[in-house]
Amino acid sequence: MKFAVIVFPGSNCDRDMYYAAKDALGEEAELVWYQDADLAEYDAILLPGGFSYGDYLRSGAIASTSHVVAEIKKQAKKGVPILGVCNGFQILLESGLLPGAMLRNQKLKFMCHYQELIVENNKTMFTTAYQDKESISLPIAHGEGNYYCDQETLKELQANNQIVFTYADNPNGSISDIAGIINKEGNVLGMMPHPERAVEDILGSADGLKLFQSVLNNWREAYVTNA
Amino acid sequence: MLQTPEISPEKIETDALYKDMGVTDEEYQLIKKIMGRRPNFTETGIFSVMWSEHCSYKNSKPLLRKFPTKGEHVLQGPGEGAGIVDIGDGQAVVFKVESHNHPSAVEPYQGAATGVGGIIRDVFSMGARPIAILNSLRFGNLTSGRVKYLFEGVVDGIAGYGNCVGVPTVGGEVQFDNSYEGNPLVNAMCVGIIDQKDIQKGIAAGVGNTVIYAGARTGRDGIHGATFASEDLSEESESKRPSVQVGDPFMEKLLIEACLEVIHEDALVGIQDMGAAGLTSSASEMASKAGTGMEMDLDLVPQRELNMTPYELMLSESQERMLLVVKQGQEQEIIDVFKKFGLEAVAVGRVTDDKRFRLLHKGEVAADIPVDSLAEDAPVYHKPSKVPAYFEEFQQMEDYYPVVKNHSEVLKTLLQQPTIASKEWVYDQYDSMVQTNTVITPGSDAAVLRVRGTNKALAMTTDCNSRYIYLDPATGGKIAVAEAARNIVCSGGKPLALTDGLNFGNPEKPENFWQMEKSVEGMSDASLKLNTPVISGNVSLYNESNGQSIFPTPVVGMVGLIESLDHITPSFFQQAGDAIYLIGDTKAEFGGSELQNVLENKYFGKAPAIDLDIEEKRQNQLLKAIQSGVIASAHDLAEGGLAVALAESLFDKELGCEIKVDGDLTVKLFSESQSRFLVSVKPEHQDAFEKLVEDANYLGKVTDYTDIKVESSGELVVDEPVKNLKALWKGAIPCLLKSKD
Repeated sequence: MKFAVIVFPGSNCDRDMYYAAKDALGEEAELVWYQDADLAEYDAILLPGGFSYGDYLRSGAIASTSHVVAEIKKQAKKGVPILGVCNGFQILLESGLLPGAMLRNQKLKFMCHYQELIVENNKTMFTTAYQDKESISLPIAHGEGNYYCDQETLKELQANNQIVFTYADNPNGSISDIAGIINKEGNVLGMMPHPERAVEDILGSADGLKLFQSVLNNWREAYVTNA
Repeated sequence: MLQTPEISPEKIETDALYKDMGVTDEEYQLIKKIMGRRPNFTETGIFSVMWSEHCSYKNSKPLLRKFPTKGEHVLQGPGEGAGIVDIGDGQAVVFKVESHNHPSAVEPYQGAATGVGGIIRDVFSMGARPIAILNSLRFGNLTSGRVKYLFEGVVDGIAGYGNCVGVPTVGGEVQFDNSYEGNPLVNAMCVGIIDQKDIQKGIAAGVGNTVIYAGARTGRDGIHGATFASEDLSEESESKRPSVQVGDPFMEKLLIEACLEVIHEDALVGIQDMGAAGLTSSASEMASKAGTGMEMDLDLVPQRELNMTPYELMLSESQERMLLVVKQGQEQEIIDVFKKFGLEAVAVGRVTDDKRFRLLHKGEVAADIPVDSLAEDAPVYHKPSKVPAYFEEFQQMEDYYPVVKNHSEVLKTLLQQPTIASKEWVYDQYDSMVQTNTVITPGSDAAVLRVRGTNKALAMTTDCNSRYIYLDPATGGKIAVAEAARNIVCSGGKPLALTDGLNFGNPEKPENFWQMEKSVEGMSDASLKLNTPVISGNVSLYNESNGQSIFPTPVVGMVGLIESLDHITPSFFQQAGDAIYLIGDTKAEFGGSELQNVLENKYFGKAPAIDLDIEEKRQNQLLKAIQSGVIASAHDLAEGGLAVALAESLFDKELGCEIKVDGDLTVKLFSESQSRFLVSVKPEHQDAFEKLVEDANYLGKVTDYTDIKVESSGELVVDEPVKNLKALWKGAIPCLLKSKD
C-alpha cells in the first residue's frame, strides 16, 4: 500500500506521519510537497499536523485554498482513505470535507500530553482493528482543538455514527467530547489527537498503530486478491 | 516608522554621541586610531554593536579562556554557531544555550520567542536538524502581578515559537527568587543532530565568491538590541521596547527546511545566521574567520520598510535571516532552493581579499572598516575583582541549623514552593513530542530522545542552583556542573559536554566580577574532572534592575549519550516491592537550602560542600549499575533534600513507600548535601547492586498502598497519603497564578 503525506509550508508532523506509515506499519510512504500534487498513484492520503502557513488567518484556512486540496477532494470522491490529524483535521474542516469548525481550547492555552480516548465507532475503515468502546491513549498537542458544530450538524453526526473518537475526559471544551469525526461516506477521517505519535511502545503508547493497520487491512481486503 | 537621523562625524565626537550607543571615550579614541579618521554615523554604530559585551565578550573573554574546551569527542568547540560532539556512527550532536534576558524583561512574549528562534538558527546554521529545545528560566516570586505577567508571557512565547516551528521543547528548569524580580532570565538551549560529513562553518572563504542574503526582509526592529543587552535595566528600559525583535516561527520553519537542503549543494561555502547585531556581525565575523574581506551593496538587501539608512540596515536585528557565501557563478542553485520554500535569497555582495568591511549605499561608500577590528581584534578588558563583604561574612558564620517541629508539615510546605512544585503548568503548553523521538518527556531529571535508526539515545538537561553560587561561587559553580551531570547519569547517559549560559550582574562592579571569576573556576574544575568540556555558550551581563544584581546564574546545559535504549532509566519508582536506597552521605548542610528560604526568607551561610573525586566515583558507579540493568529508577537529590526526592519519586505512578531513617531527622530529610542519589532496585538485583555501588544505604521499600511513611527511632514521623502531597505539589503554581495580588 502506498501512502502520500502532504507537506504544506509549515507542516511539522509530516515526517512523523511518514515514519508511522513506513517504519511502524511497514508500507510504502512518500512526502509530497504541496506543489507537486499528482495524487492518483497513492492508495491513501495523510494530512499531517503542524502550522500550515503559520496558522495565520485561521488554522488550516490558507492551506485549504491550495491546489492540492482540490486534488484531495477529487480523491475523496473516489473513496480514497484520507486522514487529517490536528492541523490536517483543521484543513479538512476549512475545506468543507468535514463539517464544523475549531475554536481555541477552552483554557486558551496550547496543551500537550497523553489523553484517554474512547473508540465510538469501530466499523470505519480507520478503526476496525479497535474494539468497540475501546479505551486508548494518544497524545494531543494543540491550541485550537475545541471542536464546534451547530446542533443540527451534531444530531446528524450522531445519527450517522460519524463520531469516531471521543475524549474520556474532555481537555479542550469540544462539543459532545468529540475528538475525531468521519464523513458520511466513511473515507475521510479528521481527528485532533496524534495516532502517528503513538506507534511504538518506546514513545509511551502504540495505540495509534491500530489505526494505520485498520486502513491497511481494509485496503487489502478491498483491493488485493489472494491476499 | 521614523528614520534614524544621520549625524555628522564631527558632531558624534564633539557631543560624545557615541556614548549613547554604549561606546566609551577610550573606545572611541581607539576606533579613531584604527580608522585613521573620525568614524561616520554608520561606522560608529557598527563598532558599538560589535564591541558590545554581547558580541565581543570583551569583559568575559579572559574568564572564558579558563574553560576546558577540548576532548577526544569534541568536533567543534566554542567560536562557531554551536559546539559539536561525536556520538559515533558518523553522527554528531550539536548544541548551544543562549540568553534573551533583557528583551524578555520588557516584552516577555517576543523576547522569549525570538530567543528560541535565535538558538534554533545557531544550530541549523551548522547544518544540523534541530531536534530539541530546553530552557532555563528565572523569575521573581510569583506573588507580584508584574512577575506573573512576565512568567506567563515568557512561557507563552516559548510555546508560541517552539510549537509552530516543530522542534519539541523537552525539558528545562524554572526557579523563583527575589533577585530576579525586575530582571528575569530566559535562557534557551537547542540540540541538533547531524551527519558529520554535513558540518558547515560560518566562513566567507574564496575571494570573488558571492554573498547571499536569505530569509525575512530587514526592518527597523531590534536596532541596537545587542547594545541594549549590554547595559543595566532601569526605569527607562521600557523605552527600549523597540529594541526587541518580533519573531515569525513560520518563516523560521521554512528557513530550516531550506537551509538543510542547501547544505547538500556543492555551491555552498559558508553559512551563518544573523543573530545579535544582525547583518553586521554575521558578515564581519564570516570574513574575519576566513581571513578575507567583504563588500556589500546595501541597496540590494531586501527591505521591509522604505528609506532605510545604512545605519538601520546594519544594526537591525530583524529575525529569521541567514547569510551565505556561495561559489561564484553557482548562485542560482542556492537561490532556487530558497525559492521552492517561498523565501527570498538575493546576492548582496562578494568576498574580497583586502580584509576590509566595505558597505555601499546609493552609490556611495557608507562604511569602510578593517574587518578584524570588529571581530578578533575587539578590545578585551581585565576587570578588577574584589571579594564581596557578604561572602566573607557568610564564611565566618556558624553553620545554619533549622529548627523543625513537624516534619510532615515542612514537607508539605516545601512541595508547594514554586521552585520545587510541579512545572506541569509550564511544560503542558510546550509540544514535547513532535518529531516522535521523545522517550522521557518533561518532568524528569533529564529529557531523553532516541536517535532514530540506531539503538542509542541522547539525554539532555539544564541546571543551575544560583543560591549556592551566590553563597559561594566557586563551590556553586562545581555543583552546577556536577548536578547537570547527575541528571544525565540518572537517566542512563554518559555526560558528553556542556554549554554554558553565564548570567551575571554588571561586571564593572568588582564584586560581580569576582562572582563571575570564581564560578567559572568552579565550573572549569568540575568540567575537567567529569570530562565534560565546554563546547559553546553565551554571556549575559548587566542583569540588574534598579541597581540590584541578580544572583550569579551560570546555567549549565548538558548532553549525554545513552549507549543502548535498554539503559534509559526513569526518575520515579516503578513497582511496589522494589528496594529504596540512598547513595551518598548526608551532613547538616542548609546554607542556600529551600528550607532556609522557607524559614528565614533569605539565604546565608556556607553552600553545601562538594568533593569532585567522590562525585565522579559515585556517578561512575551508578552509571555502571544502570548499564548492568540492576536499577529500576534513579533520581538525584536537590532542593528540599531526601524528603522531596522521595515524594517526587512516588507521584508519577502514585505508589507509596515505607522507609526508616536514623539520627537527626531534620538533617536526614531536608539537608541538601551534594553527590547523592535516590534509587530503586528490584529485590532480585539488590545483591548485585550493593556490590557495584559502595555508598548505598538501604532505606526501605516501595509499597502499593499509597502513603509515604517515614519511621525514625520507632516513631512514624511522616505519614501522608501520596495523593494529597501530589495535589499540593501539582496545584501550587496554578494556584499562585490565579490568586490576586
